[in-house]
Amino acid sequence: MNNDTLIPYVGVVTDIRIDTPDVKTFRVEAPEGGKLFEHMPGQCAMLSIPGVGEAMFSITSSPTNKEFMEFSIKKCGCLTEWLHAMEVGQMITVRGPYGNAFPVETELKGKDLLFIAGGIGLAPLRSVINYVRDKRENYGDIQIIYGSRSKDDLVDYQEILNEWMTDDGVEVDLTIDNAQEGWDGHVGFVPNYVKELDPSINKTVLICGPPIMIKFTLAGLKELGFKETQVYTTMELRMKCGVGKCGRCNIGNKYVCKDGPVFRFDQLGELPDEY
Amino acid sequence: MLRISADKLDSLFEAIAAKQALYIPADREDGEAEYKKYVSGMKLTSRLNTLRSAKDFFFPQTEDIVEFRMDGKKIEVNDIRKECEDFVIFGVRACDARSFTILDKVYLVDPVDSFYKNRRDHGTVVTMACSRPAETCFCQTFGIDPTAPEGDCACWKAGNYYYFKANTEKGQVFIDSIAGLLEEGDTAELDSTVARTREIMKKLPLANLSTENFGGDKLNEYFNSDKWAELSESCLGCGTCTFVCPTCQCYDIKDFNTGNGIKRYRCWDSCMYSDFTKMAHGNPRLTQLERFRQRFMHKLVYFPANNNGEFGCVGCGRCLSKCPISMNIVKVMKALEDK
Amino acid sequence: MQKAMIERAKQLLADGTVKRVIGWKRGEFAYDITPAVFETADELDRDFVFDDFTAANVSKYLVKESRKEGKVLAFLKPCDTYSLNQLTKEHRVDRDNIYVIGVPGGPKLDIEKIKAKGITGITNVRNENYTIKVETIYGTEELPFYEAIMDKCASCKSKKHVTYDELMGEEGDVLDSNRFDMVEKLENMTSQERYDFWRSELSKCIRCNACRNVCPACTCENCVFDNPKSGIDNKAPADSFEENMFHIIRAFHVAGRCTDCGECSRVCPQHIPLHLLNRKFIKDINSLYGEYQAGADTTSKAPLNEYTTDDCEASIVHERGVE
Repeated sequence: MNNDTLIPYVGVVTDIRIDTPDVKTFRVEAPEGGKLFEHMPGQCAMLSIPGVGEAMFSITSSPTNKEFMEFSIKKCGCLTEWLHAMEVGQMITVRGPYGNAFPVETELKGKDLLFIAGGIGLAPLRSVINYVRDKRENYGDIQIIYGSRSKDDLVDYQEILNEWMTDDGVEVDLTIDNAQEGWDGHVGFVPNYVKELDPSINKTVLICGPPIMIKFTLAGLKELGFKETQVYTTMELRMKCGVGKCGRCNIGNKYVCKDGPVFRFDQLGELPDEY
Repeated sequence: MLRISADKLDSLFEAIAAKQALYIPADREDGEAEYKKYVSGMKLTSRLNTLRSAKDFFFPQTEDIVEFRMDGKKIEVNDIRKECEDFVIFGVRACDARSFTILDKVYLVDPVDSFYKNRRDHGTVVTMACSRPAETCFCQTFGIDPTAPEGDCACWKAGNYYYFKANTEKGQVFIDSIAGLLEEGDTAELDSTVARTREIMKKLPLANLSTENFGGDKLNEYFNSDKWAELSESCLGCGTCTFVCPTCQCYDIKDFNTGNGIKRYRCWDSCMYSDFTKMAHGNPRLTQLERFRQRFMHKLVYFPANNNGEFGCVGCGRCLSKCPISMNIVKVMKALEDK
Repeated sequence: MQKAMIERAKQLLADGTVKRVIGWKRGEFAYDITPAVFETADELDRDFVFDDFTAANVSKYLVKESRKEGKVLAFLKPCDTYSLNQLTKEHRVDRDNIYVIGVPGGPKLDIEKIKAKGITGITNVRNENYTIKVETIYGTEELPFYEAIMDKCASCKSKKHVTYDELMGEEGDVLDSNRFDMVEKLENMTSQERYDFWRSELSKCIRCNACRNVCPACTCENCVFDNPKSGIDNKAPADSFEENMFHIIRAFHVAGRCTDCGECSRVCPQHIPLHLLNRKFIKDINSLYGEYQAGADTTSKAPLNEYTTDDCEASIVHERGVE
């Protein structure tokens, strides 16, 4: 009998990084070392602790990383609490990759890119950011606008400081919601910060964050002159199978797990408002 | 055409059941019919159709997927799939036969669902033409001809004979396997039975129900219809319609601690249930209106949008009979069309 | 009666006594009525129906409807009024926001019983002096009315409306029903026979939840069986133990609160006689604590919610379980 996508692989957690008080980044490798499977930026995988639960997570490492996969996971439910309690060496089950990906090899190629993220919303974009950084010659300028509640809630902060900010042609603009000690950067919400920064409307935008942030940021981008055809986002709905069969993650006739999670806003606009 | 006289049907069933498991629709004590594994002496039901649909054979209500052994930090995955044994389902109606091709469009498209395919590969579907349709029947709305059912092999009862015709290679193998019991005979009586049934079809109360106002192009128009509030207002949010429906195919995946490891199984799920789309941080379908709308939009708009205009309903009428509040797809179609 | 009900409802809508009417709406066929809310005289004239098939108990809808702005008129049959009383007692409805008109009860017809006789292609059902004339596309069939009545009506406990603001038709009495006959039959079985009976019935369950969702006593905002945090949420039985427990736990939860309205068995697509579980509890409560009818009033204390020194002791319960 052929492999069935519902039957998962076993992966080993080989490193755990504490990003924020409620976000950890888990490094996952095959038991014999190396990656469990290849993916493209924006794709997801089903992680599970048998008996606890299974859920879909964005693969946050770049496909250009040939050694392992990473998942940045926020603690918000039963399974994620369990994952956060794991120690290095713990096995989990993994299946995927699922969904489409950001069109890094087609529509995004040669473009100036603007990434806008809020909170844990950086996780799905990190895969793309590191992919385009590694294939720098294929893309134009890169601008990253990232905000979170506080400095302590910035995901991948060390990577942002030590790698992204030091890259040529990569501009990183950070903001936090409220002023705090030890922060001399920008203070304010992401949608306003985007408007203040007034990015060039030639850029292609990739946006991810809480629904309310996306809503206001999109409105702001439109005010600046951006068109919906220039803006991509990635969606999250309840999923079980990952392959468009279990029937719950649809928006209209599109399944987020299979036809998404990446949508361009003009495509999303044609679908019913039920997400 | 090959046929067998009605008094020899038992010996035909015996012959089939001697080689592989045979399931036929048989009577239950409560007056309903259900598919039962054939044992000597079992009779075909006189009811038009079974309470539960025939999808159960390929997509059972619960099905084990995989097992895990947990040992400290270690997890062992056990693939428990086994090649299924060959079986025959006899007496499937045209509506249910079409439901299989609809389920195929979900489960046999890439990535193929091996659990479904395994059962599908090993099952031979012998359909039974209808001659006495019920008032709740509307298969013709979806282009189904109950006098010429699909399936691997079709069977007709006319006068004192059962007639057989293969529709697929698998069906031909089936006919070959029972050829010794069949005889060639003329089809005059069959032809007149079919003609009579076709006349009855025209008189059915739902004979004029049409799909012309439905399909993928109606997505936003119907999604935003103001009819959903009234249609869904007394919906109990139970799963009866989805569970008796031959084309409803949504499932949940659950883990069960056997005390000796973890068994992961899948089971039917219903978009009518409040937790169907519930996430740790919210739910895009908060009230019964959204859940109700999803079920009918899926069958009448989303499914045809994704499947070249084919609808996700076969007009079997089970939801018409079984909904506790008698709300159903026919009422929904009529209400949505009534502009 | 239907005509008089429509006229009365129109009056009450017109004079502003009520804003909405809850009743039954006609369907495609003679029998497929749907509980519905009517807001205008036109809607009532067009769709309101009250006949031999209006068996559905609309009381539970009042949990939602009575919390809306403006009074709702509810037409309730005797059995339905017990449910409303119980809901009132449990503070699940705003009784002051409901205008109850008591209407005569059944017996109501069960279309499944007619279909089980092999009658199909049904285009109309008429009751002529308690002979049912079923018109079908294959001709007309006849059967005695009482052969096709709802099970719940066959063991009717009361023709009395226990709450109403207005009554249409005659007031009835509490009946001396035969409703515990089957319970006694089950009690007289050996434990193995009884186990086999329930295994055979409960194994038919498809976990559609229709019984729970229709039950006027099941009004939890979030049922334990739907709540992932409960650890026992489920959609299908993982094993036969679970298959049994869903219904047994539900019966325990509604014990002392179930009015025996019979809706659970009426809506079960698999014809499981679920009401027998509830009736066993009712019978036991009657014998252990004295006669008690849930929903008979809105003030009395339920035996299982109250402690008195002469309550039966735990040991009695224990001894009762010994064969």
